[in-house]
Formats: sequence, structure tokens, C-alpha cells
Amino acid sequence: METAVNFWATPTGWTIISVAQILAVLVGLLVSLAFVMYADRKIWAGVQMRKGPNVVGPFGLLQSFADLIKFVLKEIVIPDGADKFVFLLAPVLTFALAMVGWAVIPLAPGWVVSNINVGVLYLFAISSLGVYGIIMGGWASNSKYPFLGSLRSAAQMVSYEVSIGFVIITVILLSGTMNLAQIVEKQAGGFWNWNFLGGGLRNLPIAVVMFPMSVIFFISALAETNRPPFDLPEAESELVAGYQVEYSSSPYLLFMIGELANVILMCALISILFFGGWQAPLDLAFVHAWGPTAQSFYGFMWLFLKIIFFFFLISMTKAIVPRYRYDQLMRLGWKVFLPISLVAVVLVSAWRILGPLHS
Amino acid sequence: MALQAIAFYLLATVTLVSGFCVVSARNPVHSVLFLILAFFSAAGLFVLLGAEFLAMLLVIVYVGAVAVLFLFVVMMLDVDFAALRQGFATYMPLGAGVAAVLAFEMIAVSSVIATKGAGAAHDSPMASGTELSNAETIGRVLYTDYIYFFQAASLVLLVAMIGAIVLTLRHKPGVRRQIISDQVARTPKTGMTIVSPGSGEGIGE
Repeated sequence: METAVNFWATPTGWTIISVAQILAVLVGLLVSLAFVMYADRKIWAGVQMRKGPNVVGPFGLLQSFADLIKFVLKEIVIPDGADKFVFLLAPVLTFALAMVGWAVIPLAPGWVVSNINVGVLYLFAISSLGVYGIIMGGWASNSKYPFLGSLRSAAQMVSYEVSIGFVIITVILLSGTMNLAQIVEKQAGGFWNWNFLGGGLRNLPIAVVMFPMSVIFFISALAETNRPPFDLPEAESELVAGYQVEYSSSPYLLFMIGELANVILMCALISILFFGGWQAPLDLAFVHAWGPTAQSFYGFMWLFLKIIFFFFLISMTKAIVPRYRYDQLMRLGWKVFLPISLVAVVLVSAWRILGPLHS
Repeated sequence: MALQAIAFYLLATVTLVSGFCVVSARNPVHSVLFLILAFFSAAGLFVLLGAEFLAMLLVIVYVGAVAVLFLFVVMMLDVDFAALRQGFATYMPLGAGVAAVLAFEMIAVSSVIATKGAGAAHDSPMASGTELSNAETIGRVLYTDYIYFFQAASLVLLVAMIGAIVLTLRHKPGVRRQIISDQVARTPKTGMTIVSPGSGEGIGE
């Protein structure tokens, strides 16, 4: 046992274990994305009283894998006037950025690839880079519709980042840390300690601010990931498919997987920041008697359920809410969310200084 | 450590090469993309220094916001590149001179710091002997010792922001704007009138 511990502490052992962790997270994520895609289509179909995918595999469960094979086997068409390198770089970038964000997500007690102190900022930085995949894809296609789509997305994502930033600041102020694992740990003990209720019974009055913040975060996350009702960069009705028009085969698949992975990342982020991450809604005493591995699996189950729940909400939003007009989107971002979240930052800071938390 | 050295030389090389490509790339959009790469690898260098807070801010502010707007503008510009490149040889000596002066100054400053300044006293530029993360360290210095400079900087930014708005805001007459509160306040009573015109009469205005 002694030698084993020493081996994992050496650079070689550390590298091996890190690579193994990264692979575990990535493979788990990609496999669940296939089923998330299926769930998305099924929910959408259910709202519209259709059956949705039901042919490949039992209940159509293997539909996503059939799609994967179809996409990969098709020919990659690169437009003649396209900037080839940037054209192919854009989907790869989108995909890679959607994956690297998962490095700092605490999946369960002790389950995190990289537990860094500035985890929240890291995620914010990664999500703000996501816009490059879309801009580059739209520009490199050398075509009008993709270009319009990419311009829209640049304006949209930059606008909503601002309000997401302020919402995240309120959570940081409340938790007093930027480490995601610590933010989750501070919400232990039951659902009344979760940040959307102010994080603890003594802080209950600030729930008046924090609950709307979680709603704003949810809506901004929709805009940040270009999901309906804010999917203006790819609005089929006016821009055919926006920045994706010229893409086919695997590059298109990479765009799609990247987008979906970003949506799930945002679901994980809202669960962690506002809804307790891997904390159970009720702190059951008998769980503490379990071994650390069992507790980790128990925590992971809760985070998983929360992610599924928020994905269900996002999916229903896609089916129910009509697409926003572009000027309405800009108005919502700059004239509604930005002032509200700015005031919220002031209120939460005041609560931290003048409220019961101040020691 | 070997791993750190490899990371440093990799990031430093990428920063320098992409910095060079910013100047030499023929297509301005490629220039901006190389600039983004340079910012990004500079952020990597910050992480190696242990300044992860600054690194994240660099990525968020410069890569995530400023460079997006750069790209936005450059993509829409219709510049004649051949004309732009004509003066290259003429301005080359001037540019090289400025670059040489800058390089000399930076080498001088960093060698002084390494031998006599903060670098000589500590191995790391971080405040030693404290348990604080570097975000907290920066916060403590920024909001105590440098509070007036910090506030002054924020005022300058505010003025710049208002100035930009004042310069570009135009109120065109005759533009019908959407007033959301009016729309929400609209009821069947205010929004429509029910008329019952007689047969063959129609509705006269």
C-alpha cells in the first residue's frame, strides 16, 4: 500500500491518474450526451403530441448513435470560398471549449478533475470563449447567412455574459469563495441552505434577491448557449440555419455536440451555484454512516438528478416559448437583466456587511 | 520542475510566434485570431506564475469581451490590404526603433527587479507568509493602499463610457419604438372599439 501511495504522488503517477480522470469524465459526458439528445427530442415530440424517435433500438434509445454514424460517414463539404483552416478550426474549438469546462465541475464529494481556487472564474472565462467558435464558423464560411448569424451571436453572447457575471458575483459574495467545491460544501444541511434561498435560515430575507437571480441565471444561460427562445444565431425561419449553413458531416456534429455539452454545463452550473450541487435536499442521518465512496455516489446521484431537472426545463422552454425578436433580446439583456443584477450585487454586498453574516 | 519548464517554454514560444503573426498576417481577421492566441497563452504564463486570478481576468476581459469586439469590427471592415502594405518598408525602421527601445526598457526593468527589487527578496511575487488566495491579496491591496487610484480609474472608464454613448446616440424623428409598458397595459377596453355598422353603410372615419 505504501509503495502504491508513493507511486501516485510521483509526476508519472499523477499524469496517469489525471489522464484517467479526464477520460472518465469525457466518456461519461459523451455517452450521456447521446441520451440527452434523445431526451430532448422525445420531450419536444411529447409537447407537440408526436412520437419522436422510436425506431432504432428499444423505444428509439439508440437513435443518437445511428445519427452519429450517419454524420461521421458523410462527406465533409468545404465551400470553395471558405477560409479552410478557420472553417475547420471553429467546430473543433466549440467542441473543445465545451469539454474543458467540465474540468472544474465538482461531480460529487472529492470527484473533481481540477479543484482550483478560481473555478467560477474559469468557467466564466471558458463560456465567454464559446462565442469564438460561432463567429469564426460564420466568418470562415464566406457566405451571407452564416455571417449574419455570427454577428448576432457575438452581440448576444457578449450582452448576456454581463448579467451572468453579475449573478455569479452575488453567489460569490454570499459564499465568500470562488472554489466551486467550497460553494457546494457551504450549501450542506438541507434545501433551505441552498443559495437560491440565500444560503441558510439566517439569510432567508436575501432569498428575495437570490431567487430572482437564479431565474435570471437560467434565462441568461439559455441566451449564452443559443438555446430557444434565444437561438437567433441559427434562426431557421430567417437565417436558414445561421452560422451552421455551410457545415456538414463531422464538423456539423462537433458544433452540435459542443452546443449540447454547453447546455448541460450550464445546467450543472446552475445546480452548483444555486441549488446545492451534490447536496441532498434533506440531510439524512444514516447517509453519514456510509463509506466515502458510497457517499460520493449518493452525492453524484443528486447532482445528476438536478442536471436532468434543469435540462428538462430548458427542453420544455424550447418547445413552448416562441423565439424572441432580436431587438427584444437586446432590450431584455441590457435594460432588464443588467440593472436588476447590478442592484442585486449592491443588495447582497450590503447584506454581507450589515446583515447577520457579519461577525 | 521539468513539467513547468516545458509548459513555460511552450507558452512563451506560442505567445511570441502569435505576436509576430499578428503583425505579419495578411488577413486582418487572422491577425485578430493570432492576437487572441497571444492573450490566451499570456494567461497561461500568468497561471505558471501562480497568479491564476489575473489569468482568468485576462481571459474574461480581453479574450472574452474586448477581442470579440475587435473581431466584430475587423470582420465588417472592408480594407484594401494591398494599399495598407505599401508603406511597410518605409515605416519598418521607425517600428524597429520603437521595438528596440521598448525591449531595452523591459529588460532593464526586469533585471533591476530580479536583482534589487521584490524578486530578490522573495521567490514568488505573491505576498508570503499568508494563507490568502491571490484574489484576496489583490483585493486587500487594491481597496486599501490604492483605493484612490482604483476609484479614479473607474471614473475615467465611466466618463469614457458616457462619452461613447453621447457621441453615437442619435434620436431619429419618425421612428416608432416599442414601448413594452404601454403594450402590457393595453386592455380590450383601450385596445379596440366595437362598432355595429348598419347594412350598406360601412364605417366612416
